[in-house]
Amino acid sequence: MARPDFEELVDTFAFLDDWEERYRHVIDMGRALPPLDEAERVPATKVEGCASQVWLVPEIEGEGTAATLKFRGESDAMIVKGLIAVLQTLYNGLTVAEARDVDAQAELARLSLHDHLSSQRSNGLKAMVARIQEIAARA
Amino acid sequence: MYDVQRIRADFPILAREVNGKPLTYLDNGASAQKPQAVIDAVTRGYAEEYSNVHRGLHTLSNLSTERYEAVRGTIARFLGAADEREIVFTSGTTEGINLVCYGWAMPRIEPGDEIVLSVMEHHANIVPWHFLRERHGAVLKWVETEPDGSLDPQAVIDAIGPRTRLVAVTHMSNVLGTVVDVAAIVKGAHDKGAAVLVDGSQAAVHLPVDVDAIGADFYAVTGHKLYGPSGSGAIHIRRERMDEMRPFMGGGDMIREVHRDEVTYAEPPMKFEAGTPGIVQQIGLGAALDYMMGLGMENIAAHEASLRDYARERLHGLNWLKVHGDAPGKGAIFSFTMAGGAHPHDISTILDKKGVAVRAGHHCAGPLMDHLGETATCRASFGLYNTTGEVDTLVEALELCHDLLG
Repeated sequence: MARPDFEELVDTFAFLDDWEERYRHVIDMGRALPPLDEAERVPATKVEGCASQVWLVPEIEGEGTAATLKFRGESDAMIVKGLIAVLQTLYNGLTVAEARDVDAQAELARLSLHDHLSSQRSNGLKAMVARIQEIAARA
Repeated sequence: MYDVQRIRADFPILAREVNGKPLTYLDNGASAQKPQAVIDAVTRGYAEEYSNVHRGLHTLSNLSTERYEAVRGTIARFLGAADEREIVFTSGTTEGINLVCYGWAMPRIEPGDEIVLSVMEHHANIVPWHFLRERHGAVLKWVETEPDGSLDPQAVIDAIGPRTRLVAVTHMSNVLGTVVDVAAIVKGAHDKGAAVLVDGSQAAVHLPVDVDAIGADFYAVTGHKLYGPSGSGAIHIRRERMDEMRPFMGGGDMIREVHRDEVTYAEPPMKFEAGTPGIVQQIGLGAALDYMMGLGMENIAAHEASLRDYARERLHGLNWLKVHGDAPGKGAIFSFTMAGGAHPHDISTILDKKGVAVRAGHHCAGPLMDHLGETATCRASFGLYNTTGEVDTLVEALELCHDLLG
């Protein structure tokens, strides 16, 4: 079960049937993403396996599986930055236990965005999801 | 008369669509598409004439050997080499340069010896020389490009010192399109006693090449950029250098006799061709070169020069686009970045939605990216089948990128 923000995004995307509009929306979401501090863009937060540079900074509040998962992120590519924002709507605010149960591939497929992403970028998306799952598993 | 529409019909893949749009293939610098003649040669090679080469005495072995060896002569004609025994088959430029590194340079490099390179070399013409730096104490001396992306041959010659063993330089930059006056560099280098290796990966695709006139010691080309199969290629090595070289890879085909305590080698070029080669790939390359020579390299170069002029005018007209490299007489290769920080990956993703294939990244040219102060660029690289209409398609798609990302 995804968060209401994400459900809202799915609804919005349902209205945007043209790829240009979907891209525009994703890019705008990326633009709204606050940048990370220089000190946060370090090897520990860098996500390997993406065609462009991606950093994800986890913020876990609380203890155990009831802890809340949040992350911030940034990329030097605007579309990827937008995808980070999309993943935030999917994950941010879930408990660690809930986050572990999210089937990201299935959820993202509901945006019909996956088809529009090059395989290299899809691999990058996979790498980002894998990192978030790692963060949730470690918490 | 260069009929580009008729030429396009020779390349089946150009008829396909990408993302619902006609394919606009502008990634020729990475690899070129194949004409039907090449596809047919490969199919016929496997369907009717396949066997190992240089081995058996049966009909098919003789036939495939004959077809395969004939390509050596085709490559020699294509490159302007009088002696086809100076042509060594390779899997591509990378293997050719590594052959020179291991076979010629490695045994003669002493700590402190120098290799002179331009900053716009492809990693294939950099990393093997790093091996010599790491393992044998060679010193890499880098020659910068001019602000317009041109390379002053005198600057290369001036960088050659008494310890310089080799100059390794491209004939045409895969990023900037700059054409280098390699003949002048060869003359200056030879006067100073240094050998020259020319990376002809891009130049041989776009310009008439005459290796005997250039006079380089080594001139490497790669088949997949020459409209031929991947895994094909060749290097032209002057006889004197060949005689100095030890074999690189050992195996079948490159030997005369092998005993428990002794091995003797075949005469060059076979000495440098170990193992079963890319038989059908090379046969396909022969068909590709025949195709290009059929069109005429002068004609191809003239067509691409007009594409370059038109693309230059259109791309330089976009004031939010930064085009890297504007050397006089450059090839039809355009690297660019966009004002406002749109990443080249963003641009290429949007272009792809419009059916336009370009390369985005560092183009295997790390030192050049450092020199340009970029981590990546987009590159549109044209080939013999591209049209001015495709330049317009590119520009329209870039305008959409600017709208979405700018």
